[in-house]
Order: sequence, then C-alpha cells, then structure tokens
Amino acid sequence: MAAAPEASTTEASSLDTFPRLLAHHARTLADAPAMREKDMGIWQGWTWSQVADEVAALACGLAELGFKRGDRLAIIGDNRPRLYWSMCAAQILGGVPVPLYQDAVAQEMVFVLLDADIRIAIVEDQEQVDKLLEVREQCPHLQHILYDDPRGLRHYTQPFLHGMDEVLAMGRIHNTNQPDFIVQEIARGKTDDVSIMLYTSGTTGKPKGVCQTHAAFIAAARGGMEVDHLAADGNILSYLPMAWVGDHLFSYAQALLAGFTVNCPESAETVMIDMREIGPSYYFAPPRVFENLLTQVMIRMEDAGRLKRGMFHYFMAVAKRCGADLLDGRPVSGADRLLYALGNIFVYGPLRNVLGMSRIRVAYTAGAAIGPDLFRFYRSIGINLKQFYGQTETCAYVCLQPDRQIKYDSVGKPAPGVEIRIADNGEILVKGPMLLKEYYKRPDATAESINADGYFMTGDAGFLDDDGHLKIIDRAKDVGKLAGGAMFAPNYIENKLKFFPHIKEAVCFGHDRDMVCAFINIDMGAVGNWAERRGIAYAGYTDLAGKSEVYELIQQCVEEVNAELGRDAMVADTQVHRFLVLHKELDPDDDELTRTRKVRRGFVAEKYAVLIEALYGGKPSQFIETEVKFEDGRKGKVAADLVIRDVRTFAKGAA
Amino acid sequence: MARQIGDVILDLKNISLRFGGVKALTDISFDVREHEIRAIIGPNGAGKSSMLNVINGVYRPQEGEIIFRGEHRRNMDTHAAAEAGFARTFQNIALFKGMTVLDNLMAGRNLKMKSNFLQHALWWGPAKREELAHRRKVEEVIDFLDIEHIRKTPVGRLPYGLQKRVELARALAAEPQILLLDEPMAGMNVEEKQDMCRFILDVNDQLGTTIVLIEHDMGVVMDISDRVVVLDYGKKIGDGVPDDVKNNPEVIAAYLGTQH
Repeated sequence: MAAAPEASTTEASSLDTFPRLLAHHARTLADAPAMREKDMGIWQGWTWSQVADEVAALACGLAELGFKRGDRLAIIGDNRPRLYWSMCAAQILGGVPVPLYQDAVAQEMVFVLLDADIRIAIVEDQEQVDKLLEVREQCPHLQHILYDDPRGLRHYTQPFLHGMDEVLAMGRIHNTNQPDFIVQEIARGKTDDVSIMLYTSGTTGKPKGVCQTHAAFIAAARGGMEVDHLAADGNILSYLPMAWVGDHLFSYAQALLAGFTVNCPESAETVMIDMREIGPSYYFAPPRVFENLLTQVMIRMEDAGRLKRGMFHYFMAVAKRCGADLLDGRPVSGADRLLYALGNIFVYGPLRNVLGMSRIRVAYTAGAAIGPDLFRFYRSIGINLKQFYGQTETCAYVCLQPDRQIKYDSVGKPAPGVEIRIADNGEILVKGPMLLKEYYKRPDATAESINADGYFMTGDAGFLDDDGHLKIIDRAKDVGKLAGGAMFAPNYIENKLKFFPHIKEAVCFGHDRDMVCAFINIDMGAVGNWAERRGIAYAGYTDLAGKSEVYELIQQCVEEVNAELGRDAMVADTQVHRFLVLHKELDPDDDELTRTRKVRRGFVAEKYAVLIEALYGGKPSQFIETEVKFEDGRKGKVAADLVIRDVRTFAKGAA
Repeated sequence: MARQIGDVILDLKNISLRFGGVKALTDISFDVREHEIRAIIGPNGAGKSSMLNVINGVYRPQEGEIIFRGEHRRNMDTHAAAEAGFARTFQNIALFKGMTVLDNLMAGRNLKMKSNFLQHALWWGPAKREELAHRRKVEEVIDFLDIEHIRKTPVGRLPYGLQKRVELARALAAEPQILLLDEPMAGMNVEEKQDMCRFILDVNDQLGTTIVLIEHDMGVVMDISDRVVVLDYGKKIGDGVPDDVKNNPEVIAAYLGTQH
C-alpha cells in the first residue's frame, strides 16, 4: 500500500471500479444520503457508509453461498435498494450482475438464465420466486434463489430458497471473522473486468448479453456528469427497469460516480405521488411517460372551471411563444418576459409542482422519438428537458443535447470522448471508451457489430447537420423502398402518427409495395376520454377501436400527417393510403413489442399477414381472431371484424 | 409453520331471534374454532346477516346462549364485542366516503387509542407517540393489502372493488381476533374476487385471524372455507366440511328447489 501522503492522489486515480467508488463515498460522504426507499409510508434513508456496510455483508453472504470471481448473478425485481446493492456486492467479488426485466413471463427468463449460466439469482418477492420455481427444471444450473421481501413465502420450504436477511446475517458474521476479505476482494478488481451484462431487448432474433466493463460505464457516467454538472446534492427517482441500460447509467453508474441520492418508489402505481414527495433534480423518462403526463394534465384541465381553463390556455400560449427561448437564453421582449413571470406564478410553477418537477435541473428522454409539440411543452414551462442517444452496446452514451443548444429534431452533439462517423449507406458508426467489450459467448455477433476500424455499427441511419448535431432517420435495416423506388422510412411516418395523443402505436408497411398502409393502436386513455365527452358508449378496447366515430378521428390524424409528408419532397410518396385500427393493443406479452416497447415489425407483419393482404387487396373489412396471453400465462382470444379506410393523400408540394 | 386450527372459541347455542311475529332465526347452534375460516351460506332471507348481527351484538336473541372463550353470555354487546376482538365488514360498504383511506383506517383503530380528547386535540406528548404507533400499524395493513397508491385518496373516489378492500383494511386495522365478513365479494368481477380470496386467505394464514364469512358465490365458499353452516328460512339445514355440505340433499333442495 502507498504511504500516507500519496494515498489521496493514488486513490483519486484508482477509483476505476464501482466497488472502489462506493468505498470512497463511504469515507468522504459517509453521512450523506445514498439511497431512499418509501416503506410503511415513510421515506427510509441509508447513508453512504450504511450502504457500504450492507453491500459488504451481502458480498460476504454471497461468497458463503459459493459465489466466485467470474460468476454471474441474476437480479430480478422492481427498483429496490437491496437489488442495487446486489449489483455492487457481485462486483466486489469479481462477479457480473445480470439484471432481467421483471415483467417478463417465466418462459422468457429461461433463455437468459441458461445463456448466462446463472447459479444464483436475487429476486424481489414471491411473484418472481414463483416464476423461477416454474422454470427451475429447465435451468439445472440454478442453485440458489435469494428473495428480498419474505411476504407470502413463509410456507416455501425449498432448501435452495433463502431470505436476504439470513444471507445478510451470515455475511455479517463472515465479515467480522475475516475483516480483510472485502478490502482484498475490492483490491483484486480491475477496471477492465466486465461489470455488468445487459441483455439487448431483441427486436430481431434472440437477446444477446452485452458485456460492459467498469471502465466503459465509468467513462460514460463521467461524460454525462461533466455535460450536466451532476453533483452529490442531486436526487433521482429510479423507477425504470433495472435491466435497461439507461437505468444502469443513471441510477447506478452516475449515482456512484457523482454520489447523488437514488430514491426508490413504493410501488409502480405510486411513482407519480413519490415523485412529488421527492422532487428529484435529475429525471429520466421515455417519451411515452411525458406524453401520458401531458395527457393527464390536459384531461384535468378540460374538467377545470372556466376561469382556470382560460388562465391556463392564455399563459400556455405565452409559454409557447417565449418559454423555450428564455430557457435557451435567446433574446425575448420585455413585455413577454413580464407575462412569462406572471405565468410562472399562476400556471407554470404550480404545474411543475403537480408534475413533481419543481426541482428538476435536467430531465432526459430517449428510446424513441419525442414529438416536437410535446418536447416544446415541457421546455416552455421551464423544465430543462433534453434528448440523448445511445444503445446498450454504448452504455446509452453517444450523443447528448448540450444546454442551450437544443434542436427539436436532433439528438444533440457527440458526447465527450465519442467519435461519430456516417457510413456510405447512412448508418451511424461510433467509437469511444464506452463501447461494449463483447457479446457474451457470441464472438460471431461481436465481430459483426464492430468494423475493422473499431467502430460500433449502431444499425441506425442518420446524418450530422451543419452544426454537428446528429439526426436520426430510422433503423438502417427498416429503411426500405417503395415499388416505385422512393425511400420508405416507416419509423419516420409512425412517429409522426404517434405524436397525436389519440394514437398510441402505429405500424407502417410499404417496402416493395406500391403504397404505404398502416395499423393503428388508439390510446385508450385519450380516446376513452374523448368518447366519454361525446357520449359514445363503449365496452373495452376492442369495442372502442371499432367505433366509426373513432375511425373518423383517426382518419383526420392520418390525413394531417399526409399533408405534412406531402410538403416534403423527400417523403411525399410515402403518404398513408389505407389504414385500420387494430382490435387489440400490441403487447410485449404477445411478443408484438419488445420489453422496452418497440414494435417487432417482422413478427407483427407475419402475425397479421391476413390484415396486410386485406389492406393491399382493397377489401373494405377483414375478420380476424387473435390469441392473447395474460400476465399470469393464461391464454384467451379476441376477435373482430376490422374496417379498413381509404385516406385522402396530397399532391407533392401541395396543401 | 402451517396454520393450525385450534379449539372452539365461539360457541352459539340454540339461538332464536324474532322480530315481532317474524322468526328470523330458530334454534340455531354452531361453533367456530380458532384460526378457521367458517362460512355461513343460504338463500336470500335465510338469516345469514341476522346471525352475524347476533354474533357481534347488534341484535339480542330472545333465546339461546353465546359462549366466547369460555365466557357465557346471554347476548353480546357491540362495544364489548369490539373490545373482545371482533371486527366486521358490511354488505353495503360502511366507510367515511369523504375521508382518505388513511383516515378511515386510523378511525378503525379508535378503540385502541388511550389518550383523551384534550391530549389528541393538542397532539401533545403521549397522544403524539400513540398516534405514531397506530400509524405504523395502519401502514402494515396498507402494505398487507397493497393499497399504498390510494393512501391519501378519499374513499368516495375509489372504484367499488377497491372500497371493499379498504373496508377489509379498516376491519383489520383493529387487529381483530375474529373477523366477520358480510358478503366481501358481492358485486365484484372475477379478478377482484380472486384478489379478495387471496387477501382473505393471507389474513387467515399470516395473521392467524379467525374468519366468519357470509358469501353467495358457492365456488368461493367451497374453495376457501374450512367448515360451512347452511341456513334456510332461519333454520340450520347443514353443517360440515364443504364436500359434505355440497352433497347434503337438503342443501341441494334449498338451493336448487325440489321436484314436487
């Protein structure tokens, strides 16, 4: 060990693994809050030194169970402090945590459990224990299951089931007997060790385990921290799946690097309430969450009294005019400044408070395109909402929108340390310290995804504009051609459709066809409310989706999109000619969406081939019966006679 | 540790109840053992709710005897029943609709609060400590029944199925030894019924609470209860484990009618 005076400098440069970062915070931020969880209606907190103790005990407990260097630890559950601690505990022992999507059905977990050779799994509660017991026969390597919440598990007598409390108790004894064990284990860790394996959601084919090193995630976390000036006094609400790369970056890597506080909500249903109570300074949500929030606000405003409604709309118009400019520091007239200040007192401030966003310094969205109106709405009421771009393979770190340089249709500039190059076919290539080490047990896939110059091929098509901002067009492989030769970027059209609050999901077809046709999923909340206001009675999704009034509404949306497409010569040929409203919502349980809710285009096209035939065959309607899977694994059927509508299209450059 | 059904704790002997000339209950005897789920079934107007009302002292039977934990009583008294550890839910939800779920549950613990009115008004010293301790108990119930997300929602704004769950929570907040449930699943859809069954079994299993329940849904009754007593026109026509009761010809006749 180094002599005392040098210790601090060696330490700073040696904070190159997550366990070392934790040990560092336990000394320097000992009494600062590291984590909070709402339990029994009260926010319970842990300081950094308490967290370090718990993690050490857990690591010792895992070691007692036979967890060794290089082993992989499955982690399944909602965002719970102990599950985050499990990640660090595994890393202390030189193991690799493998978080799984907690809402996956048991059979979907089998693939990852087998692929990653999982011997020990840490799960949240009875629900997850039941799933693992269901598939245990198929996973012969699975030796131990640890659970966090003992509720309902009292009568489970299987010897391989352990409560986390027992394991922690066992670990504490181990820790007292061998006080040097943890220190030594932490010292053995190397920055190039794999720190986590995240499975890609698998839009195509089987999921692949992406191996990321400590160095990669620390580099990505550090870059983001510099751009957004994250500090130890920050707060984040962690409610997105732990298996998703974004959550790992924000709630784990950045939290451990910057030392800010991670707050775990009470349950998935209480996120909104918890958010208001915590008032996070740093927030991430996919566009659909921002959209739902806005929809709720709008629905509630429609129910408000006339005075309030009038005030709201007046000041929202002011905000639309100058709010974003104020945030970006562009010049704004004195009169508008005054009005905006008034609006801030009467509308924007209270609204931010209702949304739980009063203390937000930076909010991010990514994962899908965000509608310009939606994006502007949040920025105009003074919330610094920004976009970023990245993949699991790049630690979700490629581009960030720097403060005050926000373009609505770009994902920002390359982040510090990241190099971007656009291939001849338009594909975005990236290089930097945040690249994956490999796909687990898939050297073929690893070789395929990284080219000879060391660039990772993202599979997205895009271009850099004159200011060096990256614009994404679509998945490179999804970009096709109409039979007439025009470029067809389905995502581009679908996003335009989805920007309407009434449309939740859209799937466009057109590759090698003579025109574009679309499937639409309506948004149950927005359309349901719309129907109620008009006194249209309906019984559930299928019924509502088939109403002619709803078709009328959706048709208007599609025609507006066509008008917009028509104005742009590049895409004018890809206007939607015919559409239908699907009889069921596309659902990850039915394999139609990935767990991160992206459409699995190929699968949907195959499953609903008969509908596509009807769209292109000119039929006015088509009967379909579809099997649906419920959350508990049971199956049912929905059937409907779907109407197909023709839509008005616009001449190039007209309208 | 599996649930162990104990000795008889509540013994009802030859209970008869009349309202003027109407005989609501005639000479009914049955017992309830500790930690068991005991169902009372019967067609409409059979006297099920009257029976429950006799148990917790709302009605005073003209004849008969109630033996609770070895103590002989002519009839129960509502206050004494509550103190002895009885809690119940009602066929028509009985909650304060304008109050939040949390406040309703705190009200459910009223009987256990020892500080006086003045101390509570000032929220001072022992009253404050006491309230915090009660709040903790209430939070345990909230956690148990998964109603965190509606903690601060006024009951009147909740859907019916959730109100029923809140009512169960309100009864549980009193930490009862015997829980009387009057049609806990009436008017619910299949999913809500399944949830409610799960909760009733959990209460019985994990808290060890003895449960007496009235229910119309025969599937539910036969699935979750240990023993069933069947009433018809105020008389007992069957008593025993679900399978026996199911095959009892008198019971079948009462439910399905007989051929004349």
